Amino acid sequence: MGLTGFFLITFLVVHASINACIWFNDGGETFTFYAHFMGTNTIVHFMEAGLFVGLILHVVDGLLLWKQNRDARPVQYAYNNPRKNSTWYSRSMALLGTLILLFLVIHLYDFWAPNRVEYVTTGEEKDLFQMMQERFESLPIVILYCAGCFSLFWHLLHGFKSAFQSLGLNHSKYNKAIEVAGIAFAIIVPAVFALMPISMYFHLVH
Amino acid sequence: MNLLLKIWRQKGPNEQGKMVDYPVTDISEDMSFLEMLDILNDQLVVKGEEPVSFDHDCREGICGMCSLYINGQAHGPERLITTCQLHMRSFKDGETIYIEPWRAKAFPVVKDLVVDRGAFDRIMNVGGFVSVNTGGAQDANCLPVSKIDADKAFDAATCIGCGACVATCKNSSAMLFVSAKVSQLALLPQGKIEATERVLNMVEQMDVEGFGNCTNTGACEVECPKGISLENIARMNREYIVAGVMSEEKKEVTGGF
Repeated sequence: MGLTGFFLITFLVVHASINACIWFNDGGETFTFYAHFMGTNTIVHFMEAGLFVGLILHVVDGLLLWKQNRDARPVQYAYNNPRKNSTWYSRSMALLGTLILLFLVIHLYDFWAPNRVEYVTTGEEKDLFQMMQERFESLPIVILYCAGCFSLFWHLLHGFKSAFQSLGLNHSKYNKAIEVAGIAFAIIVPAVFALMPISMYFHLVH
Repeated sequence: MNLLLKIWRQKGPNEQGKMVDYPVTDISEDMSFLEMLDILNDQLVVKGEEPVSFDHDCREGICGMCSLYINGQAHGPERLITTCQLHMRSFKDGETIYIEPWRAKAFPVVKDLVVDRGAFDRIMNVGGFVSVNTGGAQDANCLPVSKIDADKAFDAATCIGCGACVATCKNSSAMLFVSAKVSQLALLPQGKIEATERVLNMVEQMDVEGFGNCTNTGACEVECPKGISLENIARMNREYIVAGVMSEEKKEVTGGF
């Protein structure tokens, strides 16, 4: 989980950075330039395939863990008080991951899939900036995207530092730094994502 | 103190169990939790009922025999103690107290609150040792150990194998126990020789026994009566990854990293 998690974290950085270009307020010119590169470059296409493999491995590994861990306790406690010893989000990674996955299906259906279909059939790309503007006119969609980002926030809050621990990277000198970096990452990246639909809804992006 | 106890009663390994209510009266807050159970059992014997079976031995927190999941926490509400060190002053008059056995597939219930922790012994059997031939003791200076390593090995070795980590973990994972046993030897020169096989064999046996996987919730470290650190789990993960990649032996690596 840690390895694939790290891999997906690197993707989040790229995705958030490119999409943040919408805030240049240049009619999406910078954003479209990079989005065009990501959508048409052959090497990026191979990396994209790798990303899907990484995502699927992360999901399958997670589901296997969930199954094994559930089987490891056939009889549950009549009364359990886990709040006394662990955070709810660290115990709910499978649930949070499922929510993110559901969001991801909707998200890919909104942007990635139509753009790929267009590219394969006509060789042209859709205007993703315009698609974003149209999509985020709808309040329910904006709320849905914010909810997806909120799930991602909790998932990363545990996942970031947990990945280090799983790979054995635990050292009294650096643990604090990893923890702080994890909290910062979990806040910044989902916040950047959530601010995109919000700022588009309020027409703050031209 | 007057209390209502809700205790798991189960006649045998294959019997159906259930929670049974037992009101107890005039309990002193200076009693230990196990003394309170002794009093309950005295009363049950007088009434001609079957006393509640529970594990206990030294009653001073060093043997690792006592267990009990009390009010949703391993060894009860206090930190860094075993159930035998828990006193009734930690509870309020009139409180309802749930008392359950450790719950894990790898720890089957023997009777009432007694579980079979033989899985831990079998994990120890495959690697929790150093193979040292006897003979004349060599000079201690021939085996220098740094103070830091000695302290860390000692901290890991304070694990009493009570199983609270497994009971507390939402995945019934035994990682804290196994990592403590791996660490206490891996940190010392005598244990380094067999470090590779040790970590592979012990992790393999841990999986065979049906324990769950670690998802780093950190609950085990909080509930451990000896304060065994999560650092040990990271060390075992390191040892395991390196052993899986570098070892000469062909062993299937089945981790969920």
